[in-house]
Amino acid sequence: MRISLLRSALYMVLAGCPVVSLQAQQRSDSTRTKDLREVSVIAPRGGKEIAPGQQLKGAELQRLNSQSVADALRFFSGIQIKDYGGIGGLKTVDVRSMGTNHTGVFYDGIELGNAQNGVVDLGKFSLDNMEEITLYNGQRSSIFQPAKDYGSSGSIYLTTLKPHFEEGEKRHLRGTFKTGSFGLVNPSILWQEKISKRVAASFSGEWTNANGRYKFRYQKRDKDNNALGYDTFAIRRNGGINAFRLEGSLHGVMNGGEWSSKIYFYDSERGLPGTMVNNRFIHVDKQWDRNFFAQSSWRKDISPRYSLMFNGKYAYDYTHYLSPDTAYFAENRYYQQEVYLSVANQFAVTKWWNVGLSGDFQWNKLDADLKKFSYPQRFTTLVALATSVSFQRFSAQASLLNTNMNEQVKLNTASPFRQELTPAVFVSWQPVKKIPVTWRSFYKRIFRMPTFNDLYYTDIGNSNLKPEFTTQYNTGLTWNQTFHGKMLQEIGVETDVYYNEVTDKIVAVPGSSQFRWTMMNLGFVKIKGVDVKVKAAWQLLNELLVSTRATYTFQEARDFTDKSDSFYGDQIAYIPWHSGSLIIGGTYRAWDLNYSFIYTGERYNMKANIPANYTLPWYTSDLALAYTRTVNKTRFRLTAQVNNLMNQYYDVVANYPMPGRNYKFILAVNI
Amino acid sequence: MIKQLRFIRIVAVLIMLAMAGCRNGDYIVPPVTTPVDTPVTHQRYKGFYLLNEGNMGSNKCTLDFFDFTSGTYSKNIYATVNPNVVKELGDVGNDIKIYGSKLYAVINVSNKIEVMEAATAKRLQQIELTNCRYMAFANGKAYISSYAGPVVIDPRSPLGIVAEVDTATLQITRRVEVGYQPEEMAVIGNKLYVANSGGYRPPDYDSTVSVIDLTTFKEIKKIHVDINLHRLKADSDGDLYVTSRGDYYNRPSALYVLDTKTDEVKKRFAIAASNLCIAGDTAYLYGSEYSYNTASWKINYGMVNVKTETLLPGNFITDGTEKNIKMPYGIMVDPETKDIYVTDARDYVSPGTLYCFDKTGKKRWSVITGDIPAHFVFLPAKQ
Repeated sequence: MRISLLRSALYMVLAGCPVVSLQAQQRSDSTRTKDLREVSVIAPRGGKEIAPGQQLKGAELQRLNSQSVADALRFFSGIQIKDYGGIGGLKTVDVRSMGTNHTGVFYDGIELGNAQNGVVDLGKFSLDNMEEITLYNGQRSSIFQPAKDYGSSGSIYLTTLKPHFEEGEKRHLRGTFKTGSFGLVNPSILWQEKISKRVAASFSGEWTNANGRYKFRYQKRDKDNNALGYDTFAIRRNGGINAFRLEGSLHGVMNGGEWSSKIYFYDSERGLPGTMVNNRFIHVDKQWDRNFFAQSSWRKDISPRYSLMFNGKYAYDYTHYLSPDTAYFAENRYYQQEVYLSVANQFAVTKWWNVGLSGDFQWNKLDADLKKFSYPQRFTTLVALATSVSFQRFSAQASLLNTNMNEQVKLNTASPFRQELTPAVFVSWQPVKKIPVTWRSFYKRIFRMPTFNDLYYTDIGNSNLKPEFTTQYNTGLTWNQTFHGKMLQEIGVETDVYYNEVTDKIVAVPGSSQFRWTMMNLGFVKIKGVDVKVKAAWQLLNELLVSTRATYTFQEARDFTDKSDSFYGDQIAYIPWHSGSLIIGGTYRAWDLNYSFIYTGERYNMKANIPANYTLPWYTSDLALAYTRTVNKTRFRLTAQVNNLMNQYYDVVANYPMPGRNYKFILAVNI
Repeated sequence: MIKQLRFIRIVAVLIMLAMAGCRNGDYIVPPVTTPVDTPVTHQRYKGFYLLNEGNMGSNKCTLDFFDFTSGTYSKNIYATVNPNVVKELGDVGNDIKIYGSKLYAVINVSNKIEVMEAATAKRLQQIELTNCRYMAFANGKAYISSYAGPVVIDPRSPLGIVAEVDTATLQITRRVEVGYQPEEMAVIGNKLYVANSGGYRPPDYDSTVSVIDLTTFKEIKKIHVDINLHRLKADSDGDLYVTSRGDYYNRPSALYVLDTKTDEVKKRFAIAASNLCIAGDTAYLYGSEYSYNTASWKINYGMVNVKTETLLPGNFITDGTEKNIKMPYGIMVDPETKDIYVTDARDYVSPGTLYCFDKTGKKRWSVITGDIPAHFVFLPAKQ
């Protein structure tokens, strides 16, 4: 009784989703009479991916026991996470040193926007209901996708768990409880329900509460005689968080297609623990966030040659920031809205040649209670034309994206109309049939628009800003082989070398005092890099399976903005020359053991590569042990995890100390 | 089986390496000493300290010292002299002065005044004061302006205060409420003059100079000058040179002369003045005026004769070096040699440059400093 009530409640909530989903539902209803065997849920047509992305999914993702998406992304090569520390701390991702604003983050296929500052806080996205995380350099090399998917320098796709039922199953329920250091209390629930043969519903809810406290240490020694200078322990405070996440979705299948609708709600209150500077370890700033979106997606192969896809989204984001310091009281509220509509078409000209055309429209609006605020609105139209050829051992793809942007403001000056045409080319070739080695390369030129903050932030913004461009050249080899009956069952090696340029980089430059800045298109950065990823699966004993995964990244990202600067040619801030990760996971009967290691090499925390800006390398080891047991069809999984095993005290971002050794315990119950 | 054991051994070694991999300690950044000049014989001063502000949040406020007797410039001396001070000098240095045998540095975001031995920069003590800005000294007392007043009815706009500190005990003895976000101060006779900016309240800037009676430590009047006041320097005739930063849009920066006998504005120079230094009868000034209307800034250099109160023609830099200065940020003139020191804060997030010009405006030398070089104080030869 209660379940059915809940179910109808779920329906009612989901009924509010855009029209597309309703149409889709009707369609699937009308085809219900047909033979079930005709229903095929398949990946979109259009051939294999030319440049497959880096992926973490399923059991491998689960074994990491990461708290957020950002924590899991650290195991990808070519990226750097800027982590301000703690459970509620901001975590952003920088792909191949081009800057955090150049990373597009897609949630179940539709991009998460933040027109205000262009940054998606990946620390907010839970891994609790995540099926897979994929990172694509350049873009996902598909031609049947929305125009927006062509619009970033690097893209991260987050895919939540889709309901999948075995014969005879009607319902899945999973309850998880996490606790441990930082006063963490984190219960969550996942409920999947089979509604009909073609429609399934999913609901996920999570509450995260933590006081965020942890011990940190700052210690300095004399370089010559190693004599101890200062050595202090302190407690990181004001890092508490209280957050709710609710997500509901409907998934449907139809003949040669599928549809889905989802709503997402996130509400949080968090402390901002701030910078740890001399004589000031206590901060009182607070932030409240409320994020809501509803999105729908519909895809169908209309005829053997023609496929069609619709996507739509509405998003509302609210941020309330409070700095109740008596010295400088600040309280601001920001309200963002986004409407997004997309249609994508794919036409198979011949068996090996496909053409895609997609058109997107997006509207963004930002309101704020700042004085002299501009109240900007942005209207973006994107059209992407793409084509791909695909043979047995050779495939290629080319795309052209046209972006038109109009802005309106109530006050001050609006940014002028912008139109940009940007290309991308991807090729992949397996030279020898018998050797599973593939060569792949891509070229891409794309830009990011200045954010609303860059353009309009009162007294800081500069509405004359031009877009910031990146140009990427990448070439690499992949080798994937499986062996039967051997100890080494599977091996995969991917290596890429790349050269990127960031031009017209938007940087903050001083106004007339250090408390007043403005934004300018000034920076010029050249990036050379190597990414290596090695993956292997081993069958050591009869029941002992071990999987290993290692990544290594070399990056040289140098600032060539102004010859007269003392730091001309220096490595840009926070980009280490060397970084890498290692995961070793073993499964023996009911036991899982996972060891993970992350290394970030030496780097500088400001533009000049001088001793005063030097930041030490850091590396952490995490260890997790899990035990799974099934009693009466109910599966219990108990995990104990130690993070930062060696208790290393480090900063990812200078003056934002990270926690030392910490613990987590997880109990998951599947019914 | 042997193969399997070998694999396990390799993994074990890898893990051991990963765990044991030792990293070097976090070292105190040692000073960088550069010979920049031939030794100069100086009657009055042994050298000068330069306080680098450091960008907000970076904790990179540093102290440099130039030694006249050796002609060497030492960058970042504080951390090595005081290795036990947690997180070094602090975040955003805002003023530096010597009074008696003590060196005082106002560290704005660290909410403190660092008190050191003038001769060595060795730390003696710190005085806690929230959002402290500038200092003035008289009769054994330090006067320190602070943006943070007591919490009033409207917490959005607390009035600023000036705190009085006894330089013998280093304790705050009295406080007085002044205008909004008070900046520089000067003592003339028994009166303290405070420039109020209202910098946290645009567009409702403050526009007054507060006058404090030092006996009662009460504000006795406010002199209306112009919006967003900042610098306040006294000449030898009891006149005050006060700068207005303008509103960065339509109201320009300007320089005012206040007569402290009448407590009235007696002259306005329509010249952008971000900072100035009075040596003898001349005020050396520069302006770096930013305009949000054009998203650009204008930089100018100039001189004012403080006896005749007239603008002097020309620039005190005569060899074209000003073209290399991206963002002038500090200025000081040696009263003895008339050498002119100008700092360049460049982009505020990288090391700046200190330029030394002779009295004819020709560059003598330059040296790389800490981030945002800004505030100078001469170290007397005899104390």
